[in-house]
Amino acid sequence: MPTDPALRNEVARLARQAGAAGVSRRRFLGGAGLAALAVAAPGLVGCGTQGARQTADSCVSEDLSATERTLHFSNWPLYIDEEEIRRGGQRVTVFPTLERFQAESGITVDYVADVNSNAEFFGVVRNQLADCQPTGRDLFVLTDYMARRMVELGWLQALDMSRMPNVEANLVDSLRSPSWDADRTYSVPWQTGLTGIAYNAKLTGEVSSFEELLTRADLKGKVSLLSEMQDTMIFMLLMTGADPENFNDDEFETALERLKEVTASGQIRRFTGNEYAQDLSKGNIVACEAWSGDVIQLQFDNPDIKFVAPTEGLSLWSDNLLVPNRATHKSNAEDLINFYYQPDVAAELAAWVNYICPVKGAQEAMLEIDPELAENELIFPSDELLANSHGFMSMDQATERRYQQLFSEVVGG
Amino acid sequence: MSAVVGGLTDAARGTATTPTPTPISRRKLTGYFLLLPALAWLAIFFAVPSVQLMATSLYDRSGSLEYGYEMTFAVGNYPAAWTAYATQFGRSFMYAGIATVLAIFLAYPLAYAIAFRAGRFKHLMLVLVIAPFFTSFLVRTLAWNSILADNGFVVGSLKTIGILPEDGRLLASSVAVVAGLTYNFLPFMVLPLYASLEKIDLRLVEAARDLYANGFTAFRKVTLPLSLPGLVAGTLLTFIPASGDYINSQLLGTPKQAMIGNVIDRNFLVILDYPMAAACSVTLMVAIVTMVLFYVRRSGAEELL
Repeated sequence: MPTDPALRNEVARLARQAGAAGVSRRRFLGGAGLAALAVAAPGLVGCGTQGARQTADSCVSEDLSATERTLHFSNWPLYIDEEEIRRGGQRVTVFPTLERFQAESGITVDYVADVNSNAEFFGVVRNQLADCQPTGRDLFVLTDYMARRMVELGWLQALDMSRMPNVEANLVDSLRSPSWDADRTYSVPWQTGLTGIAYNAKLTGEVSSFEELLTRADLKGKVSLLSEMQDTMIFMLLMTGADPENFNDDEFETALERLKEVTASGQIRRFTGNEYAQDLSKGNIVACEAWSGDVIQLQFDNPDIKFVAPTEGLSLWSDNLLVPNRATHKSNAEDLINFYYQPDVAAELAAWVNYICPVKGAQEAMLEIDPELAENELIFPSDELLANSHGFMSMDQATERRYQQLFSEVVGG
Repeated sequence: MSAVVGGLTDAARGTATTPTPTPISRRKLTGYFLLLPALAWLAIFFAVPSVQLMATSLYDRSGSLEYGYEMTFAVGNYPAAWTAYATQFGRSFMYAGIATVLAIFLAYPLAYAIAFRAGRFKHLMLVLVIAPFFTSFLVRTLAWNSILADNGFVVGSLKTIGILPEDGRLLASSVAVVAGLTYNFLPFMVLPLYASLEKIDLRLVEAARDLYANGFTAFRKVTLPLSLPGLVAGTLLTFIPASGDYINSQLLGTPKQAMIGNVIDRNFLVILDYPMAAACSVTLMVAIVTMVLFYVRRSGAEELL
């Protein structure tokens, strides 16, 4: 402590002031925080939210395709033909069919593989579309049930079929009128797939039905199912004798009860998204519910992986090309869709992604690329295979939410 | 700064009997101006979303995205969330708690070794602690899928020595989830611990030894108390994100390992029950803040707050 009394006073004063400043700063910050809350809270709390439904009148989109030759396209990972080439001394991944489209049309495509799950992507674009704001995307790909939700919410632009003669001519008949978009006004299939059973033949004998999958003692704890409700419940409904395209609450609950039993007993190990592929090839699971295209891709590395159409039936779904509201390059998107509905382009795409090709004539075109794939029933299914396939009932949002809730209780979360 | 120094020297000369407050208050204002960007950040990215979240948690649950939600101050959403998801809440805090304790036991010796024994390898070891952050969280978690694989080395060895029954497994179990949590948040425990250990003046330990404390007593009476701030900070940085985590239980667990993060995720993205999801989120936030306050008070490390 300084001995000079004046200095000592001064230090004490400074200390006091510093102390006072400390308190007042804390009080200031606290006060500022409260004030900010007081300003923000009534605005945010007071009103609830508006409905998210849009109509052609409430949300008008402008098409700048004539002047802007660009297209923002969001798709799933590994869902387009890829090729690694050296360009300027560097290895780059290019998309051959997309390159061809760009060269032919003069449209620059900004292709982004940022759709990882339907639910997650819905979360990404929900706020913009509910407010009729641009999403920054002109075209994206979503599975039937999510596409249906977007159609119902009025979030999509009607497509002009007259600008897509190839779709008109080549879309396979079985996909022309889904219940949720009877005239394909808002959607065009990108790829289609089957959900069935996959198993590792090195570790188990053939698993030919869901009944076996869910009851065979040697599979206990080595089975996984898919965590999307529609995928799994189609089979549970079939197993309990209901029609997945037309069922009631009781039938749903019976089917769910069955699922609950096999989950509680430990027969089912997990509910997964795409990650079942890893578990299956490593042998952590020996059989599972699986998507056809994934299985073909797994087979390239591991021929022991087999896909079977379960005796109960198959589930058939599509991933659909959709143009959201406020997308400003709808005509460019239509040009791209039309381009991909040429049989030779469709075959080139299908040869790489290995899902079911929705384009007539692609099977003939595939003979030139890879005759073996042209014979593959999982890419070009026969009519009898398709005859035994099922979709999931269309339902209103409230019902879907209730079912999702019940299903979530079983799969955890 | 110079103004302040000037003020002091004036005072030292004894001339400023009625000192002008200007220099101090200008300094005070500068402080507030420097705070502005951070405050704006907090307001936009924390305060507003928090209020929004709380508001959402009080919406009428019979609303929907399609037709909108009405604000009815439905406090009933909270008990509904607690009763529906009590197990998941409990499980989250239990897993996070176990993971935190495990992380302490793993991280303390490691941080201690880096701070006092690593010598010229100190920086290398620090880099190695941080190295996992160069890959994504998802990839690191999936790596555990390989490590704990049913036909893998770890499970095989445990079966051989009889710790695991013949049909046992580690993946898709609580063990895997807790292991994943511990691993993923371990660096958050190591770094603050290292920072506080590294600052300890080793002469204090020497003094303790000179006063006939054995190694353990010196550690207990000197090193441990001095490293407490790092320990508390590490505990918070581990426990808080671990209780909200949902990736580990999703990738390494089963429905029986579902944590509250999975519930919130599904409610927000799949079930689209926004009020329920918001009520769970707010509950989680409040519960964590309460636990943290209690813990910090008990451990006497209030200066961290």
